[in-house]
Amino acid sequence: MPPARRVLVTGLSSFWGGKLAQTLERDPSIETIIGVSPDDPTCELERTEFVRVGTQHALLRRIVHAAEIDTVVDSRLIVDSTTASARAAHEANVIGTMNILAACSGPDSPVRKFVFKSSAHYYGCEQDDPAYFTERMQRPHPPRTRLERGIIDAEKAVLDFAARAGAVTVTTLRFVNGLGPDLRTGHTRLLSLPLVPSILGFDPRYQFIHEDDIVGVLEHAVREDLPGIYNAAADGVLVLSEITGLLGKTPAPVLPPWGTGLAAAPLRRLGLDLSPEMLRQLRFGRAVDNRKLKAAGAPLRHTTREAVQAFAEHLRIAAIRSGEAEPYHYEREVEQFLRYSPSVRRAVERAAEPPR
Amino acid sequence: MKQLPAPSQDLRDYLPAIELDRQVSDWGRSERVEGALDKTLYDFLYHYWFRCDVEGIENVPADGGALLVSNHSGALPPDATMILKAVKEEHPRPRRVHLTVEHFFKGNPLFSMLVPKIGGVPAHPANVQRLLYDEGQLVLVFPEGRKGTEKLFKDRYKLRRFGRGGFVEAAMRAQVPIVPIAVVGAEEAMPVFAQLGALQRLTGLLYFPVTPTFPHFGLLGFLGYLPAKFRIRFLEPIPTDQWGPEPHNDRGLVQRVSDEIRSRIQDELYDMLAKRQSVWY
Repeated sequence: MPPARRVLVTGLSSFWGGKLAQTLERDPSIETIIGVSPDDPTCELERTEFVRVGTQHALLRRIVHAAEIDTVVDSRLIVDSTTASARAAHEANVIGTMNILAACSGPDSPVRKFVFKSSAHYYGCEQDDPAYFTERMQRPHPPRTRLERGIIDAEKAVLDFAARAGAVTVTTLRFVNGLGPDLRTGHTRLLSLPLVPSILGFDPRYQFIHEDDIVGVLEHAVREDLPGIYNAAADGVLVLSEITGLLGKTPAPVLPPWGTGLAAAPLRRLGLDLSPEMLRQLRFGRAVDNRKLKAAGAPLRHTTREAVQAFAEHLRIAAIRSGEAEPYHYEREVEQFLRYSPSVRRAVERAAEPPR
Repeated sequence: MKQLPAPSQDLRDYLPAIELDRQVSDWGRSERVEGALDKTLYDFLYHYWFRCDVEGIENVPADGGALLVSNHSGALPPDATMILKAVKEEHPRPRRVHLTVEHFFKGNPLFSMLVPKIGGVPAHPANVQRLLYDEGQLVLVFPEGRKGTEKLFKDRYKLRRFGRGGFVEAAMRAQVPIVPIAVVGAEEAMPVFAQLGALQRLTGLLYFPVTPTFPHFGLLGFLGYLPAKFRIRFLEPIPTDQWGPEPHNDRGLVQRVSDEIRSRIQDELYDMLAKRQSVWY
């Protein structure tokens, strides 16, 4: 299969979509990067073209065909149920995925590769879980929350698409919780608190993947052909007490083992939104077997411990560095000017010119 | 025991490297907690309280995976920790043994903290396979499971059914030898006189036994072991690669090997009991 040249990234406004586009921009062999999202991009991009569109398949289909997209990276899955209502998450995860797949299918479709960013929430979090989930395992019980059900349905749609479109390489990446300085998730909020709330009597096993590795794995899936399902996680599994130790924090077992959901309600009032998925992770923990992805040659440069340490370093200087950098703000006119005005001289062009 | 999908390729080369700075293993086993218990409670129980006699420690392989299979008794079984300690104390190459435990412990607030830290791993076939085949570790199983620890004093040293032979299947799949173990003394260390079903349902525990010290001395009574003399005998290992490729698919063979191991342990128990002159020394 020829290498990826023309890439479409969905969910450009998400952390992963934006970072992936930034990384792909640096590679001159990739001709075109198009990012779609209903919201403005959140990071600075040089040559990625942004189209404000949701998941309407008729519109996406026109973009895919017109730009002769050969690789689609779907990075917009909602994995944190505190960031969106159940209805919105279902809309984005299930209906959105189906629409994007519809836009890529058809006998005349130029798409040759589809990379789907999924989540380890696929496996759920139960008492009788194995210590390491492998890609072939099913969750032992039916999904408990709407978010989990949505992720399972989305993966099923991707699997159907893979079966029908035989010529397309379909990669599903089940990411564990991400951790890193720039990432904002329910778990980074939890671990940033001076006292880390936990459930009394439980010390769950946790696995994190460093934010750079998330982008690295996605990029690897764009460059290489990885057909099938892969667990994306760092080496090493830490228990929560070890994590709080590395962060220099105090664990606060404020949640009772029984009626945990009820006790989480007042915390929600205080602004600490613990999603049901997080509460289950705080109770039973979860780890996945990442060896299939490692065997496929994916660059996993940080262990879970190193990811936690990087996050600890970030936390120590975050208070000192706050307000230093202006947050990126998308301005359509400026971006248009930078991309299309004949006056703009790109860094690549400048480098090609002989020095005067 | 659930069916496991066969691994498509050998992934043992891709196991995570051991991080030396860490005191907790990827399974949640804590050197610090285990070490502290080992130096105090286990040492005392092993050397002075139960005065363990160990025979045949050379039957535990010095490297590679092996499945240790033992009889089981006592409401809060002391046999498990004593076998762990025996391998650590007597073996020329002290090895860590992982202990398979019920999924119940992962859901219980107190036990879920403690049990993984001292070497307990939920008895999921995938966990056993990873430990035995991929990591080449020692795993201790009690095929009698709950039926063994529930049994009353009058049924002492009568082995219960060995499950559905899942442990044989696990060893065959991982291609590791099975080391049967016979333990004498644990039945007298904590005799169970009765099981109170109603209280078990009320407390949500695995079982609610009546022992010499429980429940009238409260939860601490669970530790009230009588000073019975322990005799641990490691029997000759049974290789599982003698039946050709994929013997675990042959249910009949699995059952037969399971029964064979059961009767070997039972015979050994009778032999040890016949030679024993006193329960206490």
